[in-house]
Amino acid sequence: MHPAKSVIFFTTASGAGYGLAFLLILFSILGILPTSAGLGWAGFLIAGALVTAGLLSSTLHLGHPERAWRALTQWRSSWLSREGVMAVLTYPPVILYAAGWVFGADLTNPLWVVIGLIACLFSAVTVFCTAMIYASLKPVHAWANPLVPVGYSLFAVMTGAVLLSFLARLSGISPIAPEVAALITLALGYGLKSAYWARMEDKPAPSTMETATGLGTIGKVSLLEAPHSEANYLMHEMVFKIARKHAQKLRMVVVGGGFALPFLCLGAAVLTGPVSGLGTGLVGLAVLFTAVGIYTERWLFFAEARHTVGLYYGSGSA
Amino acid sequence: MAPPSAQPHVATNVTVADEVKTTTCYMCACRCGIKVHLKNGQVRYIEGNPDHPVNKGVLCAKGSAGIMQQNSPARLTKPLMRVGERGAGEFKEIEWDEALAIAGDWLGDVRKSDPKKLAFFTGRDQSQSFTGWWASQFGTPNFAAHGGFCSVNMAAAGLYSVGGSFWEFGEPDWDHTRYFMMFGVAEDHDSNPIKIGLGKLKTRAEAKFVSVNPVKTGYSAIADEWIGLRPGTDGLFALSLVHELLKAEKIDWEFLVRYTNASWLVINDPGAADDGLFARDEEGNPLIFDAAKKQLANALDADVSPALTGGHKLSDGRMARPAFELMVNRYLSPEYAPDAVADKIGIEARTIRRIAAELAEAAFESQVELDVEWTDWAGRKQSKMIGRPVSMHAMRGISAHSNGFHTCRALHLLQVLLGSIDAPGGFRYKPPFPRPCPPGPKPAGHTVKADTPLPGMPLGFPLGPDDLLVDEDGKPKRIDKAYSWEYPVAAHGLMHMVIHNAWAADPYPIDVLFMFMANMSWNSSMNVPGTMHYLTDKHEDGSYKIPKIIYSDAYYSEMVPFADLILPDTTYLERWDCISILDRPICSAHGPGDSIRQPVLTPDRDVRPFQDVLLDLGARLDLPGMTDDQGSAKYPGGYSDYIVHHERGPGVGPLAGWRGEDGMSEGKGAPNPNQLEKYIENGCFWSAEFTPAQSYYKHSNRDYLDYAHKMGWIPSADQIVLQIYSEPIQKFRLAAEGHGAVQPPADLKDRVERYFDPLPIWYMPFEEEAVDTSAFPMHAITQRPMHMYHSWGSQNAWLRQITAQNRLFMHKDTAAQMDVSDEDWVWVISNHGRVKGQVKTMTGVNPGTVWTWNAIGKRKGAWGLSDKAPESNRGFLLNHIISELLPAREDGYRYANSDPITGQAAWYDLRVRVEKCEAHEAMATEPQFDLQLAQPTPPRSQVQDQVLRYGADLKGDERPQGPLRHIEWIGNRHENSGKGIGIKDGKGNTTFGGDAE
Amino acid sequence: MTSLPKALPGKKLGLVIDLDICVGCHACAVNCKEWNSGGHSAPMTDIDPYGGDPSGVWFNRIHTFEVEADNGGSRTVHFPKSCLHCDDAPCVTVCPTGASYKREEDGIVLVNADTCIGCKLCSWACPYGAREYDENAGVMKKCTLCVDKIYNESLPPESRVPACVSTCPAGARSFGDLGDPTSEVSKLVKSREGYDLMPEMGCNPVNKYLPPRPPKNAEDDRQLEPVVADQAGALARWVDRIFSR
Ligand SMILES: Nc1nc2c(c(=O)[nH]1)N[C@H]1C(S)=C(S)[C@@H](COP(=O)(O)OP(=O)(O)OC[C@H]3O[C@@H](n4cnc5c(=O)[nH]c(N)nc54)[C@H](O)[C@@H]3O)O[C@H]1N2
Ligand SMILES: Nc1nc2c(c(=O)[nH]1)N[C@H]1C(S)=C(S)[C@@H](COP(=O)(O)OP(=O)(O)OC[C@H]3O[C@@H](n4cnc5c(=O)[nH]c(N)nc54)[C@H](O)[C@@H]3O)O[C@H]1N2
Ligand code: SF4
Ligand code: SF4
Ligand code: SF4
Ligand code: SF4
Ligand code: SF4
Ligand SMILES: [Mo]
Repeated sequence: MHPAKSVIFFTTASGAGYGLAFLLILFSILGILPTSAGLGWAGFLIAGALVTAGLLSSTLHLGHPERAWRALTQWRSSWLSREGVMAVLTYPPVILYAAGWVFGADLTNPLWVVIGLIACLFSAVTVFCTAMIYASLKPVHAWANPLVPVGYSLFAVMTGAVLLSFLARLSGISPIAPEVAALITLALGYGLKSAYWARMEDKPAPSTMETATGLGTIGKVSLLEAPHSEANYLMHEMVFKIARKHAQKLRMVVVGGGFALPFLCLGAAVLTGPVSGLGTGLVGLAVLFTAVGIYTERWLFFAEARHTVGLYYGSGSA
Repeated sequence: MAPPSAQPHVATNVTVADEVKTTTCYMCACRCGIKVHLKNGQVRYIEGNPDHPVNKGVLCAKGSAGIMQQNSPARLTKPLMRVGERGAGEFKEIEWDEALAIAGDWLGDVRKSDPKKLAFFTGRDQSQSFTGWWASQFGTPNFAAHGGFCSVNMAAAGLYSVGGSFWEFGEPDWDHTRYFMMFGVAEDHDSNPIKIGLGKLKTRAEAKFVSVNPVKTGYSAIADEWIGLRPGTDGLFALSLVHELLKAEKIDWEFLVRYTNASWLVINDPGAADDGLFARDEEGNPLIFDAAKKQLANALDADVSPALTGGHKLSDGRMARPAFELMVNRYLSPEYAPDAVADKIGIEARTIRRIAAELAEAAFESQVELDVEWTDWAGRKQSKMIGRPVSMHAMRGISAHSNGFHTCRALHLLQVLLGSIDAPGGFRYKPPFPRPCPPGPKPAGHTVKADTPLPGMPLGFPLGPDDLLVDEDGKPKRIDKAYSWEYPVAAHGLMHMVIHNAWAADPYPIDVLFMFMANMSWNSSMNVPGTMHYLTDKHEDGSYKIPKIIYSDAYYSEMVPFADLILPDTTYLERWDCISILDRPICSAHGPGDSIRQPVLTPDRDVRPFQDVLLDLGARLDLPGMTDDQGSAKYPGGYSDYIVHHERGPGVGPLAGWRGEDGMSEGKGAPNPNQLEKYIENGCFWSAEFTPAQSYYKHSNRDYLDYAHKMGWIPSADQIVLQIYSEPIQKFRLAAEGHGAVQPPADLKDRVERYFDPLPIWYMPFEEEAVDTSAFPMHAITQRPMHMYHSWGSQNAWLRQITAQNRLFMHKDTAAQMDVSDEDWVWVISNHGRVKGQVKTMTGVNPGTVWTWNAIGKRKGAWGLSDKAPESNRGFLLNHIISELLPAREDGYRYANSDPITGQAAWYDLRVRVEKCEAHEAMATEPQFDLQLAQPTPPRSQVQDQVLRYGADLKGDERPQGPLRHIEWIGNRHENSGKGIGIKDGKGNTTFGGDAE
Repeated sequence: MTSLPKALPGKKLGLVIDLDICVGCHACAVNCKEWNSGGHSAPMTDIDPYGGDPSGVWFNRIHTFEVEADNGGSRTVHFPKSCLHCDDAPCVTVCPTGASYKREEDGIVLVNADTCIGCKLCSWACPYGAREYDENAGVMKKCTLCVDKIYNESLPPESRVPACVSTCPAGARSFGDLGDPTSEVSKLVKSREGYDLMPEMGCNPVNKYLPPRPPKNAEDDRQLEPVVADQAGALARWVDRIFSR
């Protein structure tokens, strides 16, 4: 699949945004993160910005942005529609809770807890819907499996946690909770991505040029001539070719940038203790690494995914 | 059920057009009937005309893209006068009056001094009977159309053998044939009829379709069997089949005796002036030996029992033998045995044997019998029509080789032995064929006088040396050397040699080169770089070696920049045309037909129909037949005026339908002023059906022969005897052996002696014979893409999206050996030059053969395409490396790269080697031609062309929709009805599906 | 609406394509483009039509495949493909706006150009590559099964069939109601063992493909029995044959 910047940016940014909001609220409900106004302002503004920027960019890349509202109508069957609806629904509880936080409401009050829980739930569901858009696409074998929704959710929390750790340190608040969460999710994230890649190798797609053409009964099928000598929309959009070598390199970037390096930085930061300039610097680095890593991860997520259309244009496998 | 509110309303019953006009397609030469739906003065939709005999409602990819031809940015807009150097494409626009005046002066000077200094050659010409007539009225013998570089081998071999030919002049009996062999066809002129026929044939379980072709694409892809032989070896294959059939006595004796000259006695008197000619009586009738009466008899008599073998004494005591015996002696020789030839052909001997067996089985074990009473040439009633359901079709895979004439004769010989010429299930003639073989008339142009027309048409069919156009020393009289000792039976001329010869002033210099509808600086010339040189080369004094070039094109093709004066033509939707029985009509085996084009659009540019222009020039030059006694134009109304009123002979005009004042006569009749209206009423075509009794054995069918004579197709209603042994060919050989008044010059004697064999022979194609085949181990050929017509499809926004770049296709094993894989850039190198392209590997190709799609490669700046176009950057033209001349003879002389009998261009003799490019070379094709041709004032701005939204404003208005009923359509309904139990028989579609309740 | 019609339409209009006789001429593809240029989804926008990277909206395309049998022999198969008007059409269910829908009256899958937002998701969801994005119009387009031609009373009956069908020179395309087992197309499919493309995708396409027939007796070793050995033998054998005209 063609790795379009808009989609990559949207999924990664909104993921991080929702992850950040989710953790802020969850930790505050659990009472394991001091609700300082500073952290609140910073955290929720950044989360909001990331989510909104992501949604906007994907909306603006539609053929008809002015009709975007129509996308809210088909939630009965369409994950894209559901995502839209959830994205909209998620704003009120999060904003409400954020307001409560920065204006010093007593967030331990059961009412606020309920609002908080709803905000967390909605954020999670929104991310899940985004993931399901891809996971529900049978023609893309690499995507049509549970690892995708799990992955999206995990990476959302992971990126959120790394961000939150940094914010916490900047605002001089004990980052233990977020950093522990970050370390755990980074570890899990790595495991999950490895599983995803392993599956890509081990579990070949059910569709082949033979099933696509129905000519398998005669023999092995290969393309002699495509319908056009130049590329058409389908090929531009869905038949993206990436050299195996190149992909391998980028996977290293993902593993290194996305998981290993942030993990090390955070680990080291933890050792330097809750408040130390060095620690803050290290966590800052972790944020950068994660950003690069997760962007690359998402780019590969598309670039490595093969669509069954390719079978009609000669790509040996789907 | 009513659509639920949630479901949007869809307008399903909309007005499509303000007006629907019928005319004839010209996106290629197939001549299909079309219905053009017009809306707001634009073309909304073009569909096939279901009533039309050629295409019966279907339309091919090209025809369906007519809209984009009509909207091509390459359309010429105004007459052009060259201002810059030739080839630079620098022109000034001029008015028609000026253009015609200039042309008139140039041509006038030539006619007043020496008419042969005009060379008038036309390419994709459907009005050859008109352009040829114009040339003869002008008085120049130097006229021809595209046939010489196209397929004259098929035409000549056919007409000299069976009085008709493949090409588009005959067709298989699709409805009855059981075994169909197709030799070297990718598409052909009968584009749609062949597809319709193959569709039928394939759907009939009992029929088998064998394609003989080095490449398995297109038609060959759906063949029941593919024979991927080595290019240039079909003749050997066919003669080996003949060998097998003779050996097993699987031949149609009766057919041979009744319809062919197999029994005619051939004089056997080596050294004599008439050795190898037919023994004749005093009246000149050929003789046979009556085996019953044991005496010589007139071969043309019906009630005789001709012997097919044995030596027989003639009245003068000399011996003569039936032609058949000479055949037997030749083809039973072991040199034609499958085991002896298999390796050369590149297929297994067992395959040859099996095909022979299958042919025999189809012909003799599954003969068709039609219960149709008919009368033979001798007036004898026959109770039924016996058919040998073996049919064949062959085209350029056979003709485009230097051994094509004989190879095609070999195929006809095979058909004759099987008795399948115009018999049910076999090959069928289309009117006006069959004609006497050879048909005549002879070529005109022995003497050329100032201000004087030729006594006849420039092109014709020589019966022997006396008909050649050569001077006392046997030197050519025509600029293209047609009808000279180099190419004695060049019945269509040698258009591919004109530019070279005019440049070389060999045999003489010319003054004006006048061309129409041929892209001669590109895909229709061999040695394109050389051709560009010939067109632009100058004498010391700075004058061009080809002094003046006039050209008529409708689009900005590669040829336009090389002309001095451009006469811009209309598109096929903007003019009158006439597809005449005098030329290349729409006849089918079922009956005669002809058709017209009517203007369905008015030009939005300052262009004129070429035929009108030619008549205008004719009048300005005061050519006989084009001016009346007052010296004013005879056809002031232009071509449509000519179509209706011109008479070639008494009562014979361009159109056969609705003749006579009353419009009631067919074929012959006085001109009918309302003829065109009648044609338009009928869908722009006329056609008639043969009676069942006329439908087969036309060469010997009394009812047919009388009808054909009445229609003016044949000079007499005599039987047309199939000439498997060709006496005219033997006459040329005798001249080479030193007999007769007209003899070849010494240096050509051997050549003529060798190739003018009265019976089919096979010899190695010239280039293969001449070059070092280890240096050039592979054959290189081209194929027509079904969706492109030569060069002119690339300007078409739709068609070029299908193929904007051609690849070099080669067998994957061959590629693997040279470590070449898909997309790699390679040099294709011949002994003449090299061209660069990208590889695509495949398995369905003869391993020793590489091929590519024809005429996709384009020159930068032509056809209204941007300089980034894949056509000019990655597409390539094989023509660059095909030499128009063969390697030099001992004395240095170089023959044309052509068949030694007909002069047919030998495109497919090309031998090459393929070399992987250096990394730095891989990117763009070469050669590139530096000159940038910019088209003066293209009809549309390129800006607008960045996005093409044709039709956005052509949506129809909604009308009230009745109940939704659909109409079912079964492709090949008739044939499929046999398969799908319960599928209704009948052609076309239309069975109503139930209402959507 | 996006959800597929609850009760599947009784009527399932669709195409049947005979791979045994398709010669790959592209007539159906170009005639389709021609009809639809002024049709329901007009225009069939082309980008850079005369430039370096021409591309455009096509509802029907012809692929050419080579199939290598295990025994070595290879076949060339021309393979036209347009929308298969699937019974379980994912392109419909994924659509967030309802612009993509399957008609209840005849099962034709269409796009509503007035409500499509151009999110392209349906083109991702279609396993067959049968959706065409018009980037100039910003909406998705696709084969309409010539819905504005097959019911069009301003056309003569013989033209009231899909453009690709009536134009096919080889007669490789058939059209009719595949929901009705008694229809002639259904019978044709049955008798020729027509099949679905990528059944594993579970889309249940309506369009069916008829497989190429096996090659005819190319392998046996038949040959003719010689009755004469050589020229001499032949002439001796035939010398006193008497044939009459
Ligand atoms: N779509 C389309 N139709 C056309 C044209 C066009 O340009 N486009 N051009 C028209 C014209 S002008 C003509 S002359 C006709 C020509 O019609 P065709 O004769 O079909 O033209 P070619 O493409 O030259 O086909 C030659 C075929 O012979 C094969 N071949 C080459 N060498 C040999 C050989 O030695 N033996 C055998 N058995 N096969 C061989 C090639 O692989 C190829 O398939 O088509 C006409 N129709
Ligand atoms: N390598 C290779 N070369 C070949 C062949 C091959 O198989 N392989 N085939 C050969 C054969 S058989 C042939 S017939 C030739 C064909 O070659 P050409 O006869 O050159 O055919 P086209 O390329 O169609 O060029 C016809 C010219 O007519 C112009 N034209 C189109 N419509 C009109 C019109 O309405 N009016 C006027 N005045 N002009 C118009 C076009 O713009 C074009 O410039 O190519 C030959 N060359
Ligand atoms: S074959 Fe195609 S292009 Fe040629 S005349 Fe017929 S419809 Fe037109
Ligand atoms: S028109 Fe018919 S033969 Fe030609 S490609 Fe389409 S289906 Fe095949
Ligand atoms: S083929 Fe593709 S576009 Fe057509 S209905 Fe099936 S899924 Fe939808
Ligand atoms: S592109 Fe249009 S039709 Fe396709 S899913 Fe999006 S909104 Fe629906
Ligand atoms: S049915 Fe109509 S829209 Fe669909 S492919 Fe055929 S011609 Fe095109
Ligand atoms: Mo030709």
